[in-house]
Amino acid sequence: MTATDAAVAPARIRSLPQPSPTSQFVALLRAEWTKLRSVRSTMWSLLVTVAIIVGLGALFCAARVARADRLGPDELRNFDPTGFSLNGIFLAQLAIGVLGVLVMTSEYATGQIRATFGATPQRRLVLTAKLVVFMVVAFVVGLVACFAAFFIGQAILSAKFHQAGLGDPGVLRAVVGGAIYLAVLGALGIGLGTILRRTAGAIAALVGLLLILPILVNFLPSPWSTDIGKFLPLQAGNAVFHVGGRSSTDLSLWVGFTVFCAYAVVAVVLGAVLLKRRDA
Amino acid sequence: MIEATGVTKRYGSTVAVDDLSFTVRDGLVTGFLGPNGAGKSTTMRMIVGLDAPSSGRITIGGRPYHDRRYPLHEVGALLEAKAIHPGRSARNHLRWLADSNGISRSRVDDVLEQVGLSSVARKRSGTFSLGMSQRLGIAAAMLGDPDVLLLDEPVNGLDPEGIQWVRHLLRSLASEGRTVFVSSHLMSEMALTADHLIVIGRGRLIADASVGEVIAQASANHVKVVSPQAAALAALIRAGGADVMPEGDDALIVTGLECRDVGIIASGAGITLYELSRQEASLEEAFMEMTRDSAEYLADPHIAAGSVA
Repeated sequence: MTATDAAVAPARIRSLPQPSPTSQFVALLRAEWTKLRSVRSTMWSLLVTVAIIVGLGALFCAARVARADRLGPDELRNFDPTGFSLNGIFLAQLAIGVLGVLVMTSEYATGQIRATFGATPQRRLVLTAKLVVFMVVAFVVGLVACFAAFFIGQAILSAKFHQAGLGDPGVLRAVVGGAIYLAVLGALGIGLGTILRRTAGAIAALVGLLLILPILVNFLPSPWSTDIGKFLPLQAGNAVFHVGGRSSTDLSLWVGFTVFCAYAVVAVVLGAVLLKRRDA
Repeated sequence: MIEATGVTKRYGSTVAVDDLSFTVRDGLVTGFLGPNGAGKSTTMRMIVGLDAPSSGRITIGGRPYHDRRYPLHEVGALLEAKAIHPGRSARNHLRWLADSNGISRSRVDDVLEQVGLSSVARKRSGTFSLGMSQRLGIAAAMLGDPDVLLLDEPVNGLDPEGIQWVRHLLRSLASEGRTVFVSSHLMSEMALTADHLIVIGRGRLIADASVGEVIAQASANHVKVVSPQAAALAALIRAGGADVMPEGDDALIVTGLECRDVGIIASGAGITLYELSRQEASLEEAFMEMTRDSAEYLADPHIAAGSVA
């Protein structure tokens, strides 16, 4: 040992207070919230989501009013003004799903994931915090958009149709259901992003699951196409933001919604397992 | 104190780190040296629990890194400077880091000030030069006022003024009693900043010693002697069993004797000396010598020379 090696400086006086170990999850929620709101793409994606749900809903309703006199008796009898005004969700779900994917994959793409897991070695707790923060944001934004789309839609539809009211059976459930649907979809996006880590791959998986798979299943001979089709996420889950209108081949509302949630749960759990096992 | 014991990391059939054991002691700047691709970054990642060793064990302060809930208070690391979301400002990047470890936001502004980034704190980090990113990375490492700092190639991309700044910073951090573990592929850089060196090549330990010892270990030292009677002196020294290499007309390079011994021989024979000096290999030479067999990519010296000419 040389002279320099032996010269160890005296112990340092620490200046920063140590946080309490019980509040770690709160600290992580705060960190993920800071991350989410400090990039512009979040704001844009959420604005696009609201614009699609409200704008597309209004457009659909206006088109329906324009064609009101040419509708057949069946169409009139099964018409669901609530679900109709919320149809923008079918497109907006992609914006929320993709944003969910990016919550995870943008960290892998930039290498920031190493800072994240370096600062918090409890990786599953980080994933949980991301899920909670993003699902709450998706729910709140979805709720605002769905209520707006519902009220605007009913105002437009009232020109030719009997408009739905929030007090009617199933209506409030459908409007809030739209927001819940979007929150669960966000979780599915985060789950796929965690499993695949690459933005392109995870978005492809999301679009495939939501939009491409139904087309492919449709090509199967019946009754397979309907037997399998009803278990696909979109078909199983969309009843939650509609009132009635289920055909006999569909899953019942809550069974369908459970199946829809199961996709998100499986993706998140698989992601959590891989997250712990893999190098960051 | 960082302790690595028999650490091996395999990626498929490639062995990135091979049965590596070393100790980084408290209150010193320890340089982690090796050619590019020697396994330095992999080792750094394993220290902070990002990559799991295939076998072996690494502890900081006696326990694995991942045992901590708020590790930034104890260990700060700069791994890749550019590994930051480009759309987020420097300040927001540090803010989420601070949030995750229960560190106050005023501390964020303090470290930004300390690394000289206060004026660009609100700018998106994607617009930063590599040098500015390095400073931000160092700010992130210092955020929790940690006792242990790990810095992977911190001077990469810095201008001379920045390099100077990092050097001073490392020395002052160590003088405050912190443990600093800093990697580099530049021996000359480490010669100026490090107390102790851990040298690896192809994932294996080559040397673990003080800077002085590394030089001594890597190449034998020589004595240069200049005399008008060089030939006669050479014969006497050879008779004593040491090696002599003539250099020019009147100079000799002696291996295996100290200056003192050469002086005694010369005065005994009444030989006049113009110069008698100890020739130390530079740290750079020592490093080249040690890692010659382990450099991953060796340039063909003929091609390299040709391209310069």
